[in-house]
Formats: sequence, C-alpha cells, structure tokens
Amino acid sequence: MLKDITMGQFFPGDSLVHRLDPRTKLIMVILYIAALFTAKSYVSYLVMAAFLIISVRISTIKFKMLFKGLKPLIIVIAFTAILNLFFTTGEHVIFEVWRIKLTWEGVRTAAFMLVRLVMLIMGTFLLTYTTSPISLTDGLERLLNPLKKIKVPVHELAMMMSIAMRFIPTLVEETDKIMSAQKARGADFETGSIFQRAKALLPVMVPLFISAFRRADELAIAMESRCYHGGEGRTRMNVLRMEKRDWITLLVGVLVLALVIVLNILGL
Amino acid sequence: MSKIIKTENLVYSYQAPEGELPIRVLDGVDIEIESGTFVAVLGHNGSGKSTFAKHLNGILLPEGGTVYIEGMNTQDEKLILEIRRRIGMVFQNPDNQIVSNIVEEDVAFAPENLGYPSDDIRIRVDEALKVVGMYEYRDHAPHLLSGGQKQRIAIAGVLAMAPACVVFDEPTAMLDPKGRADVVNIIHKMRDMGTTVVLITHHMDETIDADRLVVMADGKVIMDGTPAEVFCHVEELRETRLDVPETVDILYELNKEGYDLDLKALSVEECAQEIYNHFN
Ligand SMILES: Nc1ncnc2c1ncn2[C@@H]1O[C@H](COP(=O)(O)OP(=O)(O)OP(=O)(O)O)[C@@H](O)[C@H]1O
Ligand SMILES: [Mg+2]
Repeated sequence: MLKDITMGQFFPGDSLVHRLDPRTKLIMVILYIAALFTAKSYVSYLVMAAFLIISVRISTIKFKMLFKGLKPLIIVIAFTAILNLFFTTGEHVIFEVWRIKLTWEGVRTAAFMLVRLVMLIMGTFLLTYTTSPISLTDGLERLLNPLKKIKVPVHELAMMMSIAMRFIPTLVEETDKIMSAQKARGADFETGSIFQRAKALLPVMVPLFISAFRRADELAIAMESRCYHGGEGRTRMNVLRMEKRDWITLLVGVLVLALVIVLNILGL
Repeated sequence: MSKIIKTENLVYSYQAPEGELPIRVLDGVDIEIESGTFVAVLGHNGSGKSTFAKHLNGILLPEGGTVYIEGMNTQDEKLILEIRRRIGMVFQNPDNQIVSNIVEEDVAFAPENLGYPSDDIRIRVDEALKVVGMYEYRDHAPHLLSGGQKQRIAIAGVLAMAPACVVFDEPTAMLDPKGRADVVNIIHKMRDMGTTVVLITHHMDETIDADRLVVMADGKVIMDGTPAEVFCHVEELRETRLDVPETVDILYELNKEGYDLDLKALSVEECAQEIYNHFN
C-alpha cells in the first residue's frame, strides 16, 4: 500500500529528453507553463497539445503512465472545473435553477481549465519521469545559484531535498515494518471512524519519528566524517554541461511561447 | 615506524540531564597506534569505545587531554578537514551513512567535499568500488541492496578519500553471516594495502587476526597486547563481562581438567594442532 506513493518517480531511459541537462528541462517546464497560461484560443491550445504530444513521443514515456499520474489529482481537477462551470458570469444562459446559472461561457472556461490543468500536470510529470531525483536537485541548485548572493541557502536546500529523497524509501519501508508489528499486536488501521483510525496511527508515528531523529543524528556524523562542510569549495563528479541539443531545445521552447503570444495578439 | 594516532590522558563526559552529575565515559585513555597496523578494540557495552572512536576524527573534542593525528591536534579547527581526510570512519548502520540515491554518487561524496577535480573523483570512485567489489552496482539505488552490500558502499565512500587509517565502529553488528564475511575480507585487504585499521567489535573471532588487541572497560584501557597475549587472561576478561574466542575457551576448559595446553592457539587450525600435539 505505502509502496505506491513513490514520490518523484523516475523511469530511466536513453531518449533525447532523458539526456537533456536538467536545467534545460526545468526551464522548458517553466516556459511550457507560462505558454499554457497565456493560451486563450483553440488554435493555441492545439499548438500546446502538439508540443506536449511530440515531447512525450520523443521521451518514449507511455501516455498510459502519464494518465496514471493524474489519478490521485482527479478530485482537484474536477473541483476546479466545476467551480469554473458555475461561477463564471456570462450572457448565454443554458439553464438556471434557483440561483445557480449555467452559461456557455462557464462551459468554455471550465473546459479550458480542465485541459490546461491536465496538460500542466502531464508536462511536469514528463520532467520527473525522465530526470533522476539527484540530477533534478543538481539542476535546481545550479539554476538558483545566483540567489546565493542575496543569502538564500541554495546549497543547503538542495542537499536537504536530495537527502529527503534518499530517505523516503527507507522510511516507507520502516513504516511498513512498524505497522506490521503493531498489527501483529492487534492494532486495527482499516476500520472505525476517521478519528479512530488516526488514533490507531499514533503508535506508528511515535517510533517512526524517534527512529528518524536517530537516523538524522547518525547521518550528520557520517557526513561530517566524510569531510562535509557545506557547499563551499565542494566540487562535483558529474558536472552538468549544456550541449548543443540543450540550446536548441530551449530555442524551441521560447519559439512556442512566442507563437502562443502572437496568436493571442492576432486574436486567433 | 611513525605513530598515526596518539592520545594523551584523554578524558570525556557526556552532558547529563539537569541536576545529575555528568557521566565520565573516557577516563584517561593513553594510546599510540603505529602506522600500518591492524588494531582491534574490545570492551563491554557502554565501555566508551564509540566515544573514543569519535575523538579520532574530531567529531567529539576532548574534555581533558589531547588527541594527535599524525602530529595534528584535533582541537585545532584549521586542521579538522586534514584530520578527517586521513581518518575514515565506518559506522554500524549502513543505512544511516549513505547520502545519495545512486551508489557512485554516494561514493563520490567525500572527494567532492574535499574539492577534488571531477576526473580525479571519477578515478577514486571507480577504484574504491573495485576494492569493495561493488563496481558492477555503481548506478544502482542503495536502498535496493542488501545490508552487507550497503556496508561495502559505505566503506567505499570512505576509501575514496584515500585515508591513512580507517576506524570501524562495529561494522558487522547489523549484518548477516555472508555480509559479515565480506566486510571482514575487505578489512584484511585494506590492511594488506598498508592502511591502518582500528576495528571496534563484539565478535571475538574478528579480532584474532589483529596485530594488536586493546581491551577497554569503564573508559580505561585495561589490556593491550597481541590477541594471543590478551586472550590468555581468561579470568580477567570474564570479570569485565567479556568472553574469549571459542578456541581459547576449549583449551582453557581442558586446562581446568588438569591438562597443560598453550592458550595462545587462536585459530581453529592452531587449536586443533595444539590438542593433537598434546595427546600424541
Ligand atoms: N550522546 C550521548 N549522550 C549521553 N550519553 C551518552 C551518549 N552517547 C553515549 N553515551 C553514554 O556513554 C557511555 C559510553 O557509550 P559508548 O557509545 O562510547 O559505548 P560503547 O563502548 O561504544 O558501547 P557499545 O558496545 O554498546 O557500542 C554509555 O554509558 C552511554 O550511555
Ligand atoms: Mg558503540
């Protein structure tokens, strides 16, 4: 059960998308989101959809996997769509019951919002599916490096993120073990009211936290023993390097955004 | 031979809860370790072995006395990286020593911290992984490996610094017999390569190949000599809640029955030979 929440899933591969520098991919996602939120017309949505589909095809990631990723977010997406459906003001009323009005404008906005969210999530998932957590944090650290000048602890944040990702599987495994141990003693996590179930989880959380603190303590000592002293003077074995393909990809990203803006101006 | 480690009257107490006296864990430890030797450390639970180990690379600083690593005082803040580069540490729980989701990235952690150029790091990482026999696993995720394999990764992570000495604090305590044997083999290999090894352990049989055996009790060194010399003192060891290897135990029990066997036969072969010789 717990094994299903593998955050930041990564499917190793050797496609162009996999081989791009993580910084390129991060910037592409930003450009892509910006374009999605600029897009207003059917034509621009078509452009965005084409861009997404082509990217996914190049990445060799199966659409099925991307849709699977959507599942846990269905409620959020549906909620947003319904909100847009009934709370958009407009003239072309389809029907009106009591004070709830359904308008053509509402349907349009809701549909756009739905498509926009689905595409947004699929785009970001394409990033996490094709980029290993470690190169993702590396890329993030390098991208945010200029912020060090204004005293943002970029290195520390990146280190925290990568350690968190390193320990998620370990802690998930441990939670499973503790839960089995408690079940063997008659604990019941599946029945009862939400309140009762939450209460049953307490004997799981306490040992988990105690062990997590002990781990943190030991890890800190092990890191110091291996000469860790912050980001200063630290080098990397695998240095990120922007290749020609990265610059070309970024150019494509900028062009797509520009195209969407032009389409907006032309009113298409 | 030069002394890599030297402690002088080392004293340390942990902070006690409000209102209680601090507990003195190290109570005047004087020890000198020669470069290139394999030293095993035994002692009952809570005798201060881990506390002693943590003084050797400046994780803990002495409350009294001094610790010198190749002549460098661990209390000198400017030397701390130099000291940690020379003294590697391997701890009990492999899970809590691994920092990265990829084996080779983890092994690269120490040389990266030391600021070596990337091609140099690459060479060190590959070499360290080959020494521990985990080169084929370089792009695996550590959490999918067995305990023994994880511990070998942790050792590689230390070896990548090319330390002069590696301190092992109960490295086999959480491993299955296969994992234990692998780690013990690596320790022997390191000794053969000329690395100084300090091995803290509760397994008697891991100590019999050491050049020297140090026994700690209540924060003091109570015995120090070759394993054969130390294990002769069966009574004394038992008084400090320690045991002796099974081989020594057999010979000792036979001696109690009135035989006159030499307790210095530590390995199984030597022990068998000793008994065989005696009864011939
Ligand atoms: N962080 C700490 N704070 C307070 N007391 C501690 C701390 N760490 C250890 N101690 C105490 O110091 C004493 C010596 O501990 P130490 O870990 O050095 O023993 P050890 O010989 O390594 O034992 P073991 O064989 O169980 O590993 C113990 O009584 C322990 O309870
Ligand atoms: Mg200990």
